[in-house]
Amino acid sequence: MKHRIKKEEIIGFIFISPWVIGFFAFTLIPMLISGYLSFTEWNVLTGLEGINFVGFENYSEIFTDDEDFWQSLKVTFTFSFIFLPLSQVFALALACLLNQKVKGLKIFRTILFMPTVMPAVAVSLLWMWIFNSQYGILNRFLAIFSIQGPDWLQNPKTSLSALIIMGLWGVGSTMIIFLSALQDVPSSLYEAASIDGITPFKRFLYITVPMISSTIFFNLVMGIIGSFQYFTQAHVMTKGGPLGSTLFYNLYLYNVAFEKYEMGYASALAWIMFFIIVFFTALVFKSSTLWVYYENEGKSKGKKMKGEQV
Amino acid sequence: MTSYKTKKSLSRAVVYLMLIIAAIIILIPFIWCLITALKSPQEIFTDTLFPSKLMWENFSIALTAIPFIQFFKNTMTILIPVLIGVLVSNSLVAFGFARLNIPHKNFWFTLLIATMMLPGQVTMIPQFIIYQQLGWVNTYLPLIVPAFFGSAFNIFLLRQFMMGIPKDLDEMAKIDGAGTFTIYAKIIMPLVKPAMTAIMIFTLTGVWNDYQGPLIYVSDVDKFTMAIGLSLFKGEYSVEWNMLMAATIIMILPIIIIFFVAQRYFIEGITVTGLKG
Repeated sequence: MKHRIKKEEIIGFIFISPWVIGFFAFTLIPMLISGYLSFTEWNVLTGLEGINFVGFENYSEIFTDDEDFWQSLKVTFTFSFIFLPLSQVFALALACLLNQKVKGLKIFRTILFMPTVMPAVAVSLLWMWIFNSQYGILNRFLAIFSIQGPDWLQNPKTSLSALIIMGLWGVGSTMIIFLSALQDVPSSLYEAASIDGITPFKRFLYITVPMISSTIFFNLVMGIIGSFQYFTQAHVMTKGGPLGSTLFYNLYLYNVAFEKYEMGYASALAWIMFFIIVFFTALVFKSSTLWVYYENEGKSKGKKMKGEQV
Repeated sequence: MTSYKTKKSLSRAVVYLMLIIAAIIILIPFIWCLITALKSPQEIFTDTLFPSKLMWENFSIALTAIPFIQFFKNTMTILIPVLIGVLVSNSLVAFGFARLNIPHKNFWFTLLIATMMLPGQVTMIPQFIIYQQLGWVNTYLPLIVPAFFGSAFNIFLLRQFMMGIPKDLDEMAKIDGAGTFTIYAKIIMPLVKPAMTAIMIFTLTGVWNDYQGPLIYVSDVDKFTMAIGLSLFKGEYSVEWNMLMAATIIMILPIIIIFFVAQRYFIEGITVTGLKG
């Protein structure tokens, strides 16, 4: 009997072995290597012999003597703190509109969601033309109101705002998350409120917002993590410029690693990014009920996938 | 009574009005892109909004000016093995977690969840070094091989889906003498088709849209994918916006078609994972 159980367990392990091997090969071992490299000075062009152990030098240089590092943190967090609240407001407003019981909403949902699946590189090119100072559609529109639009992407004062505006165009996926959260709010709550004669605005403030607060929180934290991964748009449109005004963390990391080939220093930057993200992820695990829901409600998830929810 | 009715139809009108405004704002960039793509070079830098003559030949010029056909083939060379890898590896692992006895299962599953939010940028550098030592740089292997080892998100998604399938089905098959692999292949796999389809579609758009991956690993122009090919095009046609917009449309058209055919999966996928595909 005991032998049989063991055999079963071996079969089970064989099934998950692709992921276990992948975990070692693509996650754990690389992380150990980069942990070691972060304490070295190494230009990849010098070959493995060129690895030079320097202790905490990279880290101390990053924190005390690296303006680009602080600039990239500033850009990344500025983007997060302006873009995320705006995108939550727009997404929630649109989701509320789509949650009304009126006809023909599907077509609007399709249109509003469409930008989020587009290739970032194509979207970037498209918006570069939209932001063109003289012939772009945005400044042409502003000219109707006799406003002289700025040279969006060439001006350090407006470049980050331009990326934020472009980001808001892709608010559709957040909108869908909110829409499904709104549909999970029990309608009995609204019915009770309308019997008590509570105004729609108060209903929104005292029923809707608390019921979807975990979704808002989840979106914010995932958004911060996402802005640390922001790359394609900045690389295609601005290369981090002008004057470092769009130097996102991931772009700076890429430049150090794959333009300058300073792998030791870049590894230290990657580990700092890792700790920042772990910090925010820990926030998700600690305070979001979403994960509890995922863990225990496999069945209702399955149903959702079959399309009964949306 | 009438005042209630007018109020209701008024609020309905407001809802429609706001949705129409939002939809127009979303659509303008697409329309602007198409308008520009159909303009002649002289017309781009004039104040006229619409092209006087529709230059459909811009598309064929854009298609031949840069080897887009080659880039398309290259993208497919990556995409097809990746899809096969994703299909096989994620379902095997998810089946193991959902249905089988595994020593220290909780430990492995917790580890899986823990890696779910780990951004690729953290392991990007050492992975590059490993691939470089293996001589895989400037080949597609770094972009293909990892797909055969599953990804935490896909495994998690499929596992959740499999948990919802009644265990009786497995038991009955066992009584009929079916082995573990038969249960996986003949019973569970057909039942997880909806979830698998969603994962395949996300993978497809993910590979098509991927920019940073090919940028790091592919350096020969004749090995470029669509995404980095388009940015190459940008370098060569930096002011010919009609050409650039035509190329942009070529890049997004397949995604738009897939989106309209399989919209359901995009929306449900986002609802389930709570994340962008």
